[in-house]
Amino acid sequence: MAAIVRDRLSWYEASARQRLDALLDPGSFTEALGPAERRMSPHLPLFDLPRAFDDGIVVGTGTLDGRTVYVAAQEGRFMGGAFGEVHGGKLVGLLRAALDRKPAAVLLLLDTGGVRLQEANAGETAIAETMRAITDARAAGVPVVGLIGGRAGCFGGGGLIAGTCSRLAVSEGGRISVSGPEVIETNKGAEEFDSKDRALVWRTMGGKHRRLIGAADAFCEDNVAAFRAAALTLIAQAPAFDLDTLEAEQARLRRRIAEFGDCRDAADIWARLGVNDPEAVPAMDTRAFDETVARVKEATHDAR
Amino acid sequence: MTLAEILASLFPEGHTVAVKDGLVAGDGPFEGGRLRVIGVDGDTPLGIEGALDLAGHVLDAVRAGDKAPILVAVDSDSQRMSRRDELLGLNECLAHLAKALLLADRHGHPTVGLLYGHSAAGAFIATALATRVLAALPGANPSVMDLPSVARVTKLPLEKLQEMAKSTPVFAPGLDNMLAAGAVHAVLDPGKPLGPQIRDLIASLPERDGRDRLGRERGGRPVAEEIAKAVAGQVRAG
Amino acid sequence: MESLTFRHTTRKPLPGAKPQAITGVVASGNLEILLERVLPSDACEVAIETPIAGYGAVWEAVVADFVARAQPGGVRISINDGGARPDTVALRLLQGARLLET
Repeated sequence: MAAIVRDRLSWYEASARQRLDALLDPGSFTEALGPAERRMSPHLPLFDLPRAFDDGIVVGTGTLDGRTVYVAAQEGRFMGGAFGEVHGGKLVGLLRAALDRKPAAVLLLLDTGGVRLQEANAGETAIAETMRAITDARAAGVPVVGLIGGRAGCFGGGGLIAGTCSRLAVSEGGRISVSGPEVIETNKGAEEFDSKDRALVWRTMGGKHRRLIGAADAFCEDNVAAFRAAALTLIAQAPAFDLDTLEAEQARLRRRIAEFGDCRDAADIWARLGVNDPEAVPAMDTRAFDETVARVKEATHDAR
Repeated sequence: MTLAEILASLFPEGHTVAVKDGLVAGDGPFEGGRLRVIGVDGDTPLGIEGALDLAGHVLDAVRAGDKAPILVAVDSDSQRMSRRDELLGLNECLAHLAKALLLADRHGHPTVGLLYGHSAAGAFIATALATRVLAALPGANPSVMDLPSVARVTKLPLEKLQEMAKSTPVFAPGLDNMLAAGAVHAVLDPGKPLGPQIRDLIASLPERDGRDRLGRERGGRPVAEEIAKAVAGQVRAG
Repeated sequence: MESLTFRHTTRKPLPGAKPQAITGVVASGNLEILLERVLPSDACEVAIETPIAGYGAVWEAVVADFVARAQPGGVRISINDGGARPDTVALRLLQGARLLET
């Protein structure tokens, strides 16, 4: 009974702690720098803002199907899951430990709006440190798998971190982009991007589009069991971090721009990818969508 | 300094570095070998095509296998903010550029960033911040977000933020604050030839990513290093 | 930010042996509660950090009611408040106590 409840837990609705608790083998999670250590942001009080005991990220070790994995889960509801100094330091420390301890994988449960503006320079630098540490771990043979399906999506520097992972699993709610809808609208106007047009947001940045164009490697239903299954599959298929992989990625991204660079809307891209009924994609259930993805050659590759 | 002045100072014997659509690429003679230069000039926003163009140059260098140093010269805007860029995967393209630079580093190419103007947000992370050592010239102006935008997002009065910015390097824009955070390693002297200064940076490349240590020493990021060490220590012990 | 601390004497210790538990998230209208079994078994302390000043009397009443109902002897409770309503606070406190009991 408990197992069923865990499996069906909505990834989108769950907290970072609930996701980890349900994702990993029961009772296997050991937290590093847990809430009782009270390593909170030294900066938020200056802005008269409340702090969190874990600064919005839970990091530690556990097992997945019996194998040791390192995990980090961002809490998208605290400060939008954004990178502050402590938050970023925890992630960087975890990845650096992965480099020499070589767990079976590092799982990043990304749920972030990007840099926490109150600690912007610390957050920005931590993202750069994170990306370097991810490539170090990957080059040492440790797969780094991103799992994206939370409330905050994966924006700003979080989007760049996602692009640095070995593999990515997304759900419908897993929006990935650099500039968020509101940022584009604020800077370039509603004609460029109407952030209130939710269907446009999902089409442009949502999990289905990312999966179809090969920006993500697995599409998950919004529950923990689906993300667990995807993580296990993706860990086993992590591409190497080497010149061949990056040259293949260079060719893949160039081809994408050449083939779809004149498309105005995601639906135009889907049509050109060979999707029979692009308008039906947003409403497709997971099984129908997986069947659609299986017919799109651009969706599956090792060029990441 | 302008890019032309920088290149003239670096390569008194001439060079092939050219700027097209705000993207910088080329090389010149340096310390008995070549110094490759890529970058962004003229406060240009970095979009999908630009990121891939620059990454292509970096991967060519890795493929060449000459271990020549790569200078990443940056005076950019932030990432290009558009529906089309995001539709086509700007996050992948910017990450790809950063990964190309990190791969070049792993393959023995010293990577040196040189910030001589503006840079912000995703463009900053994908270029200057993906190098092993990042230098700046006086007058460089890196930021994550300008204060009026911070005021809008945080709903704090601009005057209060301006006052706080004087004593709180962790959030305020500008070179001094990025230095304090450890993101920028050193400021070069524009009054002296740049070649020897770049050579010295390459000769003393940090062995590992020491930006959090710099941030602690300089006070702009007081706890990041200690936090990372504590987590790594607990995880390794567990 | 306003800091509040309330100390109570309880008639009995909170059952169970779990050393600590955490529940909730610091978000608008929500709060996180950290419970640690670190006090003498007849003592309970509740420390609150809240961005909304001036509600000390309401917090005092909610905490007193919780202590009377749950008898959380031995437990130090630390709250990071994001501006939660009293009913949310009461609910989370009981959730937290239940977590620590299991």
